[in-house]
Amino acid sequence: MAGLYLHIPFCKQACHYCDFHFSTALGRKGQVVEALVREMSLRRDYLGGAELSTIYFGGGTPSLLTAAELTTLFEAIYRYFPVAAGAEITLEANPDDLTRAKLHELAASPVNRLSIGLQSFHEPHLRLMNRAHSADESRRSVLTAQDAGFANISIDLIYGVPTADGDHGIWQHDLREAVALQAPHLSCYALTVEPQTVFGRQERKGLFRAAPDEFVARQFEMLLETSAAHGYEQYEISNFARPGHHSRHNSSYWQGVPYLGLGPSAHSSDGQSRQYTVASNTQYVQAVLERHELPATHEALSPTDRANEYLMTSLRTSAGCNLAYLRQHLGIDLAARHPAYLAQLQHDGWATLTGDVLRLTDRGKLLADQITLELFLEAPASVPSAGSAS
Amino acid sequence: MKNIRNFCIIAHIDHGKSTLADRLLEFTSTVAKRDMQAQLLDNMDLERERGITIKSHAIQMQFPYKGEVYTLNLIDTPGHVDFSYEVSRSIAACEGALLIVDASQGIEAQTISNLYLAIGADLEIIPVLNKIDLPHAMPEEVSDEIVDLIGCKHEDIIHASGKIGLGIEDILNAIVERVPAPSGDPEAPLQALIFDSVFNSYRGIEVLFRIKNGTMRKGDKLRFLATGKEYGADEIGILGLNQEPRPEMSAGNVGYLISGIKEAREVKVGDTITHVARPTQEAIVGFEDVKPMVFAGIYPVDTTEYEELRSCMEKLQLNDASLVWEPETSAALGFGFRCGFLGMLHMEIVQERLEREFNMTVITTVPSVQFKVTTNRDELKMVSAPSEMPEPNLIKFIEEPYIKAQIITAAEFVGPIITLCMEKRGIIKGQSYLTSERVELSFELPLSEIVFDFFDKLKTISRGYASLDYELIGFRESDMVKLDVMLNGEKVDALSAIVHRSKSYDWGKRLCEKLKELLPRQMFEIAIQAAIGQKIVARETVKALRKNVIAKCYGGDISRKRKLLEKQKEGKKRMRQVGSVEIPQEAFLAVLKID
Repeated sequence: MAGLYLHIPFCKQACHYCDFHFSTALGRKGQVVEALVREMSLRRDYLGGAELSTIYFGGGTPSLLTAAELTTLFEAIYRYFPVAAGAEITLEANPDDLTRAKLHELAASPVNRLSIGLQSFHEPHLRLMNRAHSADESRRSVLTAQDAGFANISIDLIYGVPTADGDHGIWQHDLREAVALQAPHLSCYALTVEPQTVFGRQERKGLFRAAPDEFVARQFEMLLETSAAHGYEQYEISNFARPGHHSRHNSSYWQGVPYLGLGPSAHSSDGQSRQYTVASNTQYVQAVLERHELPATHEALSPTDRANEYLMTSLRTSAGCNLAYLRQHLGIDLAARHPAYLAQLQHDGWATLTGDVLRLTDRGKLLADQITLELFLEAPASVPSAGSAS
Repeated sequence: MKNIRNFCIIAHIDHGKSTLADRLLEFTSTVAKRDMQAQLLDNMDLERERGITIKSHAIQMQFPYKGEVYTLNLIDTPGHVDFSYEVSRSIAACEGALLIVDASQGIEAQTISNLYLAIGADLEIIPVLNKIDLPHAMPEEVSDEIVDLIGCKHEDIIHASGKIGLGIEDILNAIVERVPAPSGDPEAPLQALIFDSVFNSYRGIEVLFRIKNGTMRKGDKLRFLATGKEYGADEIGILGLNQEPRPEMSAGNVGYLISGIKEAREVKVGDTITHVARPTQEAIVGFEDVKPMVFAGIYPVDTTEYEELRSCMEKLQLNDASLVWEPETSAALGFGFRCGFLGMLHMEIVQERLEREFNMTVITTVPSVQFKVTTNRDELKMVSAPSEMPEPNLIKFIEEPYIKAQIITAAEFVGPIITLCMEKRGIIKGQSYLTSERVELSFELPLSEIVFDFFDKLKTISRGYASLDYELIGFRESDMVKLDVMLNGEKVDALSAIVHRSKSYDWGKRLCEKLKELLPRQMFEIAIQAAIGQKIVARETVKALRKNVIAKCYGGDISRKRKLLEKQKEGKKRMRQVGSVEIPQEAFLAVLKID
C-alpha cells in the first residue's frame, strides 16, 4: 500500500492566504508535465514496487490541466507504478474551472474523487481572499459535478475570516449552504495568516488583522455542531466525512503509509526518511529534464522524530494516538514519560485514555498543538533493553 | 629617584583620557605607531567598547628632557563611581595628576570628586583642556571653571587635543617640570603600596605597587600587612608596554610583582608590602577592605548549567577581587549565586563579562542594598535579599543605607532632576552655580532608590548632560516592606523585592501589569498577585489559552510543523516553573525595569 502525490504548481491568480508553491506563468505547464513524467521514471523504485492505493493531484490548481496533459500523466503513472483496483484518485479543482465540458472530460479519466476549493459562499469573502470564482459558481460547480457522475466530492471551506462586527452569521450561512449540497466530505480550515502571503504582508503593514482566537474557536465549535448534526464524522481536526467517505489519501499521511510526491515542492516519505523537492518550477524543470536528476533535500528520521511525527498527526485524528504502537514500534512508553501530564489532561477534560488509545476531546482539539508540544519527546528515544538490568 | 615622575589622570568618561594617554605613549616611543590599537590602556574589550576604564593599569615611559632621561609612570584610574576606592589608591601612588577636561563639556561630577581626592592627597594638579579642536569647544568658559575649582592661573592650563596630537609635548614637559620627584628612603624598611592587581592566566596574579620607602629585590621574602600573608618575590620589574624584569627596585618607582598568587581575592588594593626579615612599623594609611553595596542573585538560564556558571564565577573572581558571591537556591530559579557588587555598573559589567567572555546567559534578580533590621528582641540582622527579611511582625525597625549624591548638569535640567530625586525619596542639600550655565546639585538619597534605573532616568531627562557621583553617608530608619509576587497562589521568590511602603502599591501594580504582558497564555487561567505579608495589593489575570492548533497537516506540512513544535518545546525548556505556571526568563528581567 502506498500513495502518489502530484503537485501541479500553477494557478490563474494568487489567493491572499495561500503559501503553497505555485506560479501564474501558465505557459510552462507543458514543461512541468513533461518533467513530472521524467521524474516518475527516475523515481519509479522509491516505493519499492508497492501498489498505489491512492493518487492525489494537488496544487496549485490541478483543474488547469488539459485533458491531453492529464492523459499523459495517467499513461505514465500506469506505466511506472502498479495501481490497485479501486484506488482512490483525487483531483483538486477550483469552481471556475469546473464547467460541464471539463467535468465530462474528468469523468472520462481515472479521476474518481474531486476536492473542490470553493472556500465560501459569501461574495465579499471570496473577493477578500482573491478567489477567481463567484459564490454562485461555488454552488453550481458542486451540482454540476454531481450531475456529471461524481459522487465522491469534498468541499473546502475557510472559517475564521474576520468580520467587522465579530458576527458569526456569514460562517453559519456558509455551513448551511455546504451541508445542503450533500457532498459526503468537508475540509474546513481556519484562516491562517502565513508570512509569505498577501495577508501576511498586509498584516505587517497594519492593513489586515486576523480574527481573535476566541472568534475562530467559536466558529470551530459551530463547525463541530453543524457537521455532527448532518451526519459527518470529524475524523481529523479539519476533515469531516460521511460514513465510507474519508479521504484515504490524506489518511495515509497520518498512518505512516509511504508516499511519493512528484513535482516542485512535493514531499515524499518512505517511513524512515522524508525528502522534498525544490520549490521552483525553473530549477525543477531544468534539473529533471536537462540533467535527469532531482533537486531534493533528504532528511533521515530518528526514532524520536518518528515518534514526534506520530504524536503530532495521530492526536489530530479520531483514531487517536495508540500508546501500544509507540511502545511496540518505537520503543517509547509515553505513559511512563508523562504520567502527571496525561493524568492532568484526562482530569481537566482535554483528552480521554481508553485502553491504550489517547484521544483529544472537542475542547482538547482546539489546543492540539499545545498538548502535542507537551508530549513531544526530547532526548533520542532510548533503545528498549532486552532483559532486566538488575 | 629625582628623575622619576609618578602621575595619574583624572577625567570624566568620554573626555578623552584614553586617547590622550595613547598620544603620550606614542610621543615617548613607548609604543610604535604600528602597534597602536586605539585606546591601548584599556585592555578589556568591554572597556574599549564602552570607552571607559574599568580596571586601572599602569605604564612606564622614558622621556628625554633637557639632556636627561626621565622615567614617567602613568597610573591609570578607573572612571566610574563604583570604583572610587580604587581611584583613591591610584592617587595615593602618585605625586601629580593630569586633570583632563573636555573643552566642549566642562567639568563633571565624577571629575570633581576625584579631583578633591587628588588635592587631598597633595598631588600637583596639571589642568589640561582637551578636545580644543572641536568646533563647539568653549575654552574660556571651561577655563574659568577650572580656575575656580583649583585656583590655578589661566596660563597654567594646557590646551590639547588627543585626536590631532596637539599639546602632547607641553603635557610631558609640565609633568617633568611641575610634578615633584618622589621622596622616600631607599635604605629604610620596605613599604610599598598595592594599587592594583592584574590576572594573568599563565603567571597568576600580578601585583602592581609603588615603593614608598626601601628597596625590593628579586627573591626577597615579602609580607602583605593587611592579609598577613607571605610570598617570595619570584619576579619584579617595571611596566613598559610589556613587563620588563628588574633585579631590584627602590623607593619612588612603580612596578609589578609575581609571586605565585592564584586569586585576586588574596591581594587587597591599598595593602602595604614589606619585608619579612625587616618589616616596616607602619602600614600606608588609607587601606580599606572594600565592601559590596549592591546584591543580586545570578542564575543560569538553563538550570543544567549551574556547575558551568560556578566555574565561570570562579574565573571572574580571579581578576575581579571586588566581586563576592555565595551559592543560593531559589524555588523559581533553582541553583545560583548571591553576588555582591560595588555598584550597578559593576553588576552590569559582571553580567556582560559572563556573557561575552564565558558565553553564559544568566538571569539576574532584583538588585538589593543591605538593610539593617532590628528585631523585636533587639537583634541586629543584615539583610541583602528579600528572602532574608524576617516576617513583618518580628521587625522592630529597618534602616537603609543613604548616600550623598553630587549631580552636575546644565541649568535647564535642574527642575526635572530635582523632581526625579524627590520621587526617589531624596532630600535636596545644596545647589550652586559653577557658571551661569552649569549647576552642581547635592542630595541625600536612599541607595536602594538609585540601584533601580536611576542612571538611565538621569541620562534621559538631562539628554545626557548630567553626571553623578555618590558616597555612602550611613544608615537611616525607613519604612521598608517586602513585596511578594504570587502566581496562582504560589510565591515566586525571584520576583520579590524590598521596597518603601509608600511605593509598594504602585510597584505591585506595575509589576503585575508587566507580568501580564509577559506570561504566555497557558491551558488554564493565571492569577497574578502582589502581596505584602498576607495582604494582596494588586492583581491581574492572564486568560486561558483558547486555541492553538494548525489548520493543515498533510504530507508536505509534517516535517516543517514538527520542527516548529520542537523549537517551541526547546524555548519552553528555558522557562521556569512555579507550581503549574511556566515563567519565561523575560519576566524575571522585567522586574528590573519596574519603577
